[in-house]
Amino acid sequence: MTSVSTTPAVKPAVVTGIGVAAPNGLGRKLYWEATREGKSGIRKVVRFDASGYPAKLAGEVIDFVAEDHLSSRLLPQTDHMTRLALVAADWALDDAALLPSDWRSFDLGVITAASCGGFEFGQRELANLWSKGPQHVSAYQSFAWFYAVNTGQVSIRHGLRGPSGVLVAEQAGGLDALAQARRQIRKGASAIISGGIDGSICPWGWAAQLTSKRLSISTDPRAAFLPFDRRARGHVPGEGGALLVVEDATFASQRGARVYGEIAGYGATFDAAPWLHQEPGLRRAAEIAIADAGLTPRDIGIVFADAAGVLELDRVEAEAITSLFGPYGVPVTAPKTNTGRLYSGGASLDVATALLALRDGLIPPTTNVTPGYVIDLVCDEPRRTDATAALVLARGYGGFNSALVVTCTHS
Amino acid sequence: MSRQRFTIDDLIAKLRTAAGDGDGDGGAAGTSAQILDVRFDELGYDSIALLETAAHIEREFRISLPDSTVAEATTPRAFLAVVNERLAVLVAD
Repeated sequence: MTSVSTTPAVKPAVVTGIGVAAPNGLGRKLYWEATREGKSGIRKVVRFDASGYPAKLAGEVIDFVAEDHLSSRLLPQTDHMTRLALVAADWALDDAALLPSDWRSFDLGVITAASCGGFEFGQRELANLWSKGPQHVSAYQSFAWFYAVNTGQVSIRHGLRGPSGVLVAEQAGGLDALAQARRQIRKGASAIISGGIDGSICPWGWAAQLTSKRLSISTDPRAAFLPFDRRARGHVPGEGGALLVVEDATFASQRGARVYGEIAGYGATFDAAPWLHQEPGLRRAAEIAIADAGLTPRDIGIVFADAAGVLELDRVEAEAITSLFGPYGVPVTAPKTNTGRLYSGGASLDVATALLALRDGLIPPTTNVTPGYVIDLVCDEPRRTDATAALVLARGYGGFNSALVVTCTHS
Repeated sequence: MSRQRFTIDDLIAKLRTAAGDGDGDGGAAGTSAQILDVRFDELGYDSIALLETAAHIEREFRISLPDSTVAEATTPRAFLAVVNERLAVLVAD
């Protein structure tokens, strides 16, 4: 990992717009209200009949009606999670008061994260292939399943022809995408729509996720996902996430945009092979991110945890946090206890939540958890804060570790 | 058993089912005669939309449309000509 110096020559990348689709709130406002109150969106799966599967709960965005937001044109060619992404991108641009057609299209891009692409769409077309034959497979399958599909569809919808791409690193990808957006801002882009919206709540997605052996098989929504609790037995999968408008700070200020905060630091590491018995890379990713922001651990006022909900992984994360900040040394929270893990959507939603927490001086709570580690977990009730910097941690299945620091100067 | 002719109204219905409504007033929402010679891309239907539409037609009428149809038939009139040519062969058989 090369460290990037924070000399004034580096263009700061700021966040000016937030679009959210989350299981406990559709839209930034409803999500933030629910999250502050610790309101959960975890319940029995309704998108398909999960009664025959070991895992039966999910965080679904159940109040989303695609037809209310998108033209009939887009429906035959989009997976459910792409529809969520298109709408979240609309909201993010709207929130940023950024009208793409006012600017040069090659200066505006889209960089999203994905963990699996459009699985529900893909499952339907595979079923068509096997049961009816190749003539019955949708031509749109050519791209609707694909990892980069959200980037492509958002780019087409708004005519954004600048630097674009997709990052695939499971949960960590949500931070990696924002870091890539920051790189492109530094290279001269004006604004990038970035983050992740993810979800594969369908039998095929379920079967794939179950192989990780990290899914909770509890049927009690209040006891199914308990990160940092000694009763932790896996996570609940969810869908949704957040897309953010990341902008060159000068461009933002010249057009008079309201700024949530800055993407100030980033670090990424990869775990060594298990048989090498090396320390997992999460702590080092966090260290790199904090240093990259030109800060020290004492400057960090909130940590948004990856919160795997798996005993061994929770222990690793608690140790990483404790070794950087000391026992009970920084408030830690995991609002994803109310949404489930949203894969590539989860970490960018955490970044959005961190920016809202800094803005309002309020740390949203972790719910249902009795902490079992020496970390200061903010439980059940929100907590006031005067923090100006937050650290967001994310781990992707397979060894990815990413950390991102956001800062906000209170005016 | 097969229909004699595939009309512009049939095509509009198929486009809508396969790929959604066209763009604006000049799209499939316009009257049939008006759009016969309007290019598909101007109607808001790209090549994948046409591939999907062609697949729907092939399935319903049990005909096979050459792959070049989508590339070469750039207007509804041209597209209809290809479909009707195939249907005529089917009837003749």
